[in-house]
Amino acid sequence: MKIAESWLREWVSPDLDTETLGHQLTMLGHEVDGIEFDGDGIADIVIAEVVSVSKHPDADKLSLCKVDDGSGELIDVVCGAPNVVQGMKAPFARPGVKLPSGLKLRKAKIRGVASYGMLCSAVEIGLGNESDGIVSLPLDAKVGSALIEFLNLPDAIFDLDLTPNRGDCFSVLGIARDISALTGTDLKDSSVIAVAATIEDIQPVELVEPAGCPRFAGRVVRGIDTTARSPVWITEQLRRSGLRAISPVVDITNFVMLELGQPLHAYDFSLLQGPIRPRMAKAGENVTLLDEKIVELNDHTMVVTDDSGPIGIAGIMGGLTTAVTDNTTDVFFEAAFWPQDVMAGRARTYGMHTDASMRFERGVDPAGQVRAIERATELLIEVAGGAAGPLCDESVAEFMPTRSDITLRRDRLNRLLGVTIDDAEVEKILSGLTMAVVAISDGWTVSPPSHRFDIAIEADLIEEVARIHGYDSIPETTSFSQVPLQTVTESKVDLEQVATTLIARDYQEVVTYSFINADAHRVFTGIDSELVLSNPISLEMSVMRASLWPGMVAAAASNNARQQDRIRLFEISKSFHGKVAEHTEVVRIAGLVTGPSQPEQWGATSEAVDFFDIKADVEAILTLACSDDEISFHAAEHQALQLGQSAEVIRGEVVIGIIGKLHPRIAKTYDLKRAMYLFEFDAEKTLATTAPIATSISKFPAIRRDISVIVDDGVSVDELLAAVTASSPTLIQSVRIFDIYKGAGIEAGRKSIAIGLILQETSRTLTDDDADEVMDAALKNLHDQFKGELRD
Amino acid sequence: MQALSKLITQATSEISAVTDLAALDAVRVTYLGKRGKLTARLKTLGQLPAEERSTAGQEINKAKKDVQECLNERRAALENTALEAKLAADLVDVSLPGRGQSIGGRHPVSRTQSRIERIFTNAGFGVRSGPEIEDDFHNFTALNIPENHPARAMHDTFYFPGGNLLRTHTSPVQIRSIVEEGVPIQIIAPGRVYRNDSDQTHTPMFHQVEGLVIDENISFANLKATLHQFVEAFFERKVELRFRPSYFPFTEPSAEVDVRWGEGKWLEILGCGMVHPNVLESAGIDPEKYTGYAFGIGIERLAMLRYDVPDLRTFFENDLRFLRQFR
Repeated sequence: MKIAESWLREWVSPDLDTETLGHQLTMLGHEVDGIEFDGDGIADIVIAEVVSVSKHPDADKLSLCKVDDGSGELIDVVCGAPNVVQGMKAPFARPGVKLPSGLKLRKAKIRGVASYGMLCSAVEIGLGNESDGIVSLPLDAKVGSALIEFLNLPDAIFDLDLTPNRGDCFSVLGIARDISALTGTDLKDSSVIAVAATIEDIQPVELVEPAGCPRFAGRVVRGIDTTARSPVWITEQLRRSGLRAISPVVDITNFVMLELGQPLHAYDFSLLQGPIRPRMAKAGENVTLLDEKIVELNDHTMVVTDDSGPIGIAGIMGGLTTAVTDNTTDVFFEAAFWPQDVMAGRARTYGMHTDASMRFERGVDPAGQVRAIERATELLIEVAGGAAGPLCDESVAEFMPTRSDITLRRDRLNRLLGVTIDDAEVEKILSGLTMAVVAISDGWTVSPPSHRFDIAIEADLIEEVARIHGYDSIPETTSFSQVPLQTVTESKVDLEQVATTLIARDYQEVVTYSFINADAHRVFTGIDSELVLSNPISLEMSVMRASLWPGMVAAAASNNARQQDRIRLFEISKSFHGKVAEHTEVVRIAGLVTGPSQPEQWGATSEAVDFFDIKADVEAILTLACSDDEISFHAAEHQALQLGQSAEVIRGEVVIGIIGKLHPRIAKTYDLKRAMYLFEFDAEKTLATTAPIATSISKFPAIRRDISVIVDDGVSVDELLAAVTASSPTLIQSVRIFDIYKGAGIEAGRKSIAIGLILQETSRTLTDDDADEVMDAALKNLHDQFKGELRD
Repeated sequence: MQALSKLITQATSEISAVTDLAALDAVRVTYLGKRGKLTARLKTLGQLPAEERSTAGQEINKAKKDVQECLNERRAALENTALEAKLAADLVDVSLPGRGQSIGGRHPVSRTQSRIERIFTNAGFGVRSGPEIEDDFHNFTALNIPENHPARAMHDTFYFPGGNLLRTHTSPVQIRSIVEEGVPIQIIAPGRVYRNDSDQTHTPMFHQVEGLVIDENISFANLKATLHQFVEAFFERKVELRFRPSYFPFTEPSAEVDVRWGEGKWLEILGCGMVHPNVLESAGIDPEKYTGYAFGIGIERLAMLRYDVPDLRTFFENDLRFLRQFR
């Protein structure tokens, strides 16, 4: 909300400069987002009258004007504004005058015609963000006088970021109350003098649905002058608050809303048919609103009706059929109390957000309706004349909000804040906030005023005391609670350690969005997502990912497009699975590699990354938590991976992850230039582990024996090694592959695998005979299981 | 026959004249080899009278030993020279880069999250997590944000059909943790959160760290101390903080915290407050007995300040040229 310092000071004027006042507002909880200084740097702008307007001979869009700026002679000015007309009054900058933008005006030739100054738009003099031509000032503005005097400038405008609990602060009065409570400066009397009725016209109001509308105040004002214009002090305050001046009736409803916080509506009295009855809308009913939109209503929206049906949506926007126009002479003002729970969320269901709905949703003072009507009547008669009818104030007491007293305990206050606040200060703070305070033995009984509907419990009062006392004045006290020591578990490997391992292997971490494109989901998982957002930000971010790959591949592709050739990424985050109600979230460790396996360097040839490079990285992670003998890689099919270069990683019996080469068909859609390898693991299944159990180390020397066996191509190394180990599990310490050969000397469809065995006993030195026995047993196993033959 | 002493002089002079190991070996053979001159002397011992043999033998053996020592010395000197020469030829350009794999890096958001976790775990806080697809109850209702509460409009929530949603803050973990573990409790809960908002200063996904401390006598003064200490620990320097009244439905009193930055500008970095009694009650805790504080820190916000990153969106573009700065 924007509020001018000048307006605020009409209500409360503490002895503080603008900046300090702004700081106080912020420290009261009404954060000042910014302060605009209107009227700065325009002291030399004067009011001028456009005496004549003729067309520029050489430019269609320019006019030649003679301008009277009070200097005694008429000045030639070339003006490009479409709205310039003879007789209008406008701000004028003479040559030599500097505008707020820093531009200094000079005598200029515009398309061959001399121009001695400029008629100014609102933007040019810093009084607006948009311009629809030069500013048209009221005709009573005095030619030659300074603009800032006429507009009562300069002024500071606070842009406040109000919190939704403080509906009472959406007005000058509300903010002034808080400032008064904080500074102890007196607040202007907010009671209004009742306007005496001079005519008898009334508009009947029937509260047929009091739960939805427990109070409705109104008044008829007849015979207003349709030629009257709102005075500058009204239009300027509206402008400073961000509203446009429209007509005296509309301007006054807006002015009173800004001043007192009670939204008002004005009907053309002559267009109302029969009594006004606020009621719940029937589903499917229509109403045409002021902005000419036709809205189909639902059955939990309050509407104002007359005999013609709905004539406005309660507290959101009035209807077109009964709206005031330039010709309206008879007005009926409405100031209703629409309770918060009746208004909550309603505007949003119609895609609307108005000054009125914003206030009603946050709550308006249930005791403020009559005051607003009186103020509006007073202003309208002052501005446009007319005669007031009697005040209408219908209400149904049992549906009005009731307030109960709240007990504030001294002990609780001090305990919650961690500071002792004097009784006298507590009482001063609460009464300053217009609460009735009665001291009792252990504290106070407090009755909050009608406008503070946010105060319901003791904690609310404690906040009020803290707020006015000042959060700054509360000390910082370290609490020493006895927290039991926490274990550092060895039953799972920390994700930090995984990250460190991958980083050491030249992987860069990325953070990609949890929601992805639905097609990408299907491409990478083969199924349609069941976790589809109802209101995604875009189609690109519309379903929850079941794999981290789509986001990572996209990230790699965009880096590729930025000339990054060698890319190694990892991400540790969640994937989402199943239907919403019984969905699961799984933390995954995913990686991606493309380009050369090593950075370009001297003394080494560049080789493209392959399956076994990434497998080594995967094994490095697996080694953190798993023992070698529980892990196996099984060739597997996967939607997103190339067949024959993809594997499931199995721990015991459980698939814990997948690794492989991105299918070239998918790679193509991402415009990837090189082969890409991917892995993805379920973190929980992968990282579960146990503390190591040490076994004794043999004191006796080990023997190494190497053999080469020829087996069918289809035999996997995993199976082969398992068969070797199984032949003498106690003596074989480790087995390693050191060569694989296919080609000359080996028949087609077979391969030669060179295996090295390390043999060792813990109780004695092995003999050659022992080793021969082990090798015979191993060869027998290989022969029996795989028709393996010893290669000569 | 030459005098023994002359032979020794001759040998030592030949040894010192030698410049390579092969020549040195030839000299050795000449004097000490099987047919060497000194060896030959030993063989003539038998021709001497018996009473002279012992003395002469000793003299010859001493001569052999002297020559051998001289040879050894010379050999060591020659070997050393040879090594020096070899090493002198074996030099590398030490300015050439090392070979092998280079090193990757952490994402600045994780790096920041990880630091925050360490600061709090060092102070005895536990680390918790919760689901990112939440239900309305945990994200809103239990946090004292009933349906149609204006605060809901501020959250720009992503919904799934049926009313479940992507959590808009990490605060639901408060409720889940209290219900699961009871009180006293002292935890943080970092993680991803989501808001349907995307512009220069908003991304639809970002990260928060929730903090929650509940015990019998936890006060606003404790909250102030914890957060001030945290901010100074995070930035590794003294920082001026400002606690400013604000509003969150799940805390009362509530505050937003600004740090004074650069040329005195106040920048908002987190929201906090004393846990609202309704929240304690909805988690089954007696608000008369227990009080507590909660806070929510925007991780990206802190990362931006710490690493001088001007645009939030950079974090999610995953441009390697940006990320590699955080090695």
